Amino acid sequence: MARMKFLCDADRCIECNACVTACKNEHEVPWGINRRRVVTLNDGKPGERSVSMACMHCTDAPCAAVCPVDAFYTTVDAVVLHSKDICIGCGYCFYACPFGAPQYPKVGNFGSRGKMDKCTFCAGGPEADNSKEEYEKYGANRLSEGKLPLCAEMCSTKSLLAGDGDVIAQIYKARVTKRGYGSGAWGWQTAYRETIAT
Amino acid sequence: MPGILARLLTQVSANKVRLIVGALALTFIVAMASPVSAQQPNSVNPTASSVNEQKLLQELNKIQGRGTIPDTKSYVIEQPVGLEWRHWHEVTLRWIGGIAVLGMLSLLVVFYLVRGQVKLEAGPSGRKIVRFNQFERTVHWMTASCFIVLALSGLNITFGRPLLLPIIGASAFSTWSELAKYAHNFLSFPFTIGVVLIFLMWIGGNIPNRTDVEWVKRGGGIIGKDHPPAGHFNAGQKMIYWIVVLGGGLASVTGYLLLFPFYGTGIGGMQTAEVIHAGVAMLFIAAMMGHIYIGSIGMEGAFEAMAEGTVDINWAKQHHKLWLEEEVTQAANDPKSQGRAAARPAE
Repeated sequence: MARMKFLCDADRCIECNACVTACKNEHEVPWGINRRRVVTLNDGKPGERSVSMACMHCTDAPCAAVCPVDAFYTTVDAVVLHSKDICIGCGYCFYACPFGAPQYPKVGNFGSRGKMDKCTFCAGGPEADNSKEEYEKYGANRLSEGKLPLCAEMCSTKSLLAGDGDVIAQIYKARVTKRGYGSGAWGWQTAYRETIAT
Repeated sequence: MPGILARLLTQVSANKVRLIVGALALTFIVAMASPVSAQQPNSVNPTASSVNEQKLLQELNKIQGRGTIPDTKSYVIEQPVGLEWRHWHEVTLRWIGGIAVLGMLSLLVVFYLVRGQVKLEAGPSGRKIVRFNQFERTVHWMTASCFIVLALSGLNITFGRPLLLPIIGASAFSTWSELAKYAHNFLSFPFTIGVVLIFLMWIGGNIPNRTDVEWVKRGGGIIGKDHPPAGHFNAGQKMIYWIVVLGGGLASVTGYLLLFPFYGTGIGGMQTAEVIHAGVAMLFIAAMMGHIYIGSIGMEGAFEAMAEGTVDINWAKQHHKLWLEEEVTQAANDPKSQGRAAARPAE
C-alpha cells in the first residue's frame, strides 16, 4: 500500500490559490472553513516563497494522540481521517497540530465549536465510500475512485504534489537535480520525521 | 562621452567616424555585458536568498506569512510546539494526575486505617452553635457540586480514553464525553461565581496569623491527639481556602481562555493555558479529596457544620476554641444579638 503524502514545491508555487478553491468546491466546505490555504513568506521581499498547506497526514499524528475520545484513525494508505460522530469538538487536536489543520465551524462560541473539519486527502470518512452521508460530512471520496486529491491535480504549476510519498519524493528530487535548486519539502521533517535530501 | 565624440568628429573624416563609432559602441556593449556574465554561473540558484524552513523554525519555532483568506490565524503554516504539548498531555499530565489523585486516595485510606475518625472526645453536649449561615452553606454547596462535575468531566478528558472508552465503547463514550464537555463548560460559570463569593465572604477569617504556626507545630490535632486552639478557621482550613481561591481562580482564568479561543491567545497561549489549567486542576482535585475526607468520615461532627450550619458546643471547644470564646464573649456583650454569635440550646 502506498503511503500518501503532500509535497509543496515552494519554488514553483505562484500563489494562484487554485488548490484552495478546488478544495472548497469539490467538498462543498462550509463558509469560514479552509481545509487548505496558501501562505506567502517574506512577502514582497527577495526570496519570497508561497507554500500551500493543509493537513499533512502525519506519521504518528499528534491530533490522533491527544484526542480525548479517539476519533481519529489512519487508513491503509496512511491518510489520517476522523469520525465526526465521535468528535466532541473539544479543540485538543487543534492545540496539538503543527500545521493548523483542524478547523471548527463555530470557533469562539463558548465550548460549542461544532464538529472538527479538516483535509481528508479526498478520502472521505468512516461512512460507506461515496455515500450521501459521507459526502455531507467529509466531502468527496476521490481516493476510492482511484483519483488523487483535487488540490494537487488542479495545481497549474504542479507545485503541489499528492500521492505515494516515495513517488512524489522522486519527482521532486528529479526536479531539483534538473533545475539545480530546491527549498525542500515543507513540513516533512515535522510531519514524517524525514526529509528529502536535495 | 559626447565631448570625445565631438572632438573626434572635427578631426577625422566621415568614413573613419563611422568606424570609430562602431568600435566604441561594440566596446561599450562588451564592457556593459562582461560584468554580468562574469557574475553568472552556469545555472541560477534562486533559493540562495529564499526563505528556509529549518532556519525559520530555528528563529521563531513557527512559520508565519501572509495569506489571502479572512482567517488570519491560518497564516501560521507550521508550529511544531504542539508536539511538546502532546507529550505533556499524553505523558506528563497523566503522571501528575495519577500520582496526585491515587496518591491522595491511598494516603487517605492509610490515614483512616491508622488514625481512624477524629472523635468528639467529650461527647455531644446537646447545645449547638451556628457556624455557617444559610448563605455561606448555599455558596459552599453550589461551588462544591459544580466542582465535583468539573473534576469528573475534566478527569474524563485526561483518563477517559485509556480507562473508560475500552469498557463502554466509542459511541457511548463520545456521547458521555460530549455531555461532560458541555457540563464542564457551563458549570464553570456558577463555579467561578462560587470561588469569588468564597474569596469575599471568608477572607476575614483566613489571613494566616501566629495561631496557625502554633497549630501546625502541634500537628493540628490531625497527627497525634493534641487539640491546638484555633479561630473560626484553623491553619488546615486556611490552606484549603487559599487552594480554592488561588487554584480555583487560576483554573477559572485559564479555563475561560480555552473557552474563548483566540481572545487574547494564540495556539501557543492556549497550550500554556491548558497546561496550567490541567496541572492546577489535578492538584486541586487531590487537595479537595483531603477536604472531603476530613469534612465527612474523617471527623465526627464536622459534616453537620456545613450540612445544617450548626455544630455542637463540645465540637467547637475541641477544634475551634478561640472561635467559640470569641462568639461567647460577643454574645455576652450583646445579649440581643440573634445571629450566628448566639449560643443557644438545641431544641
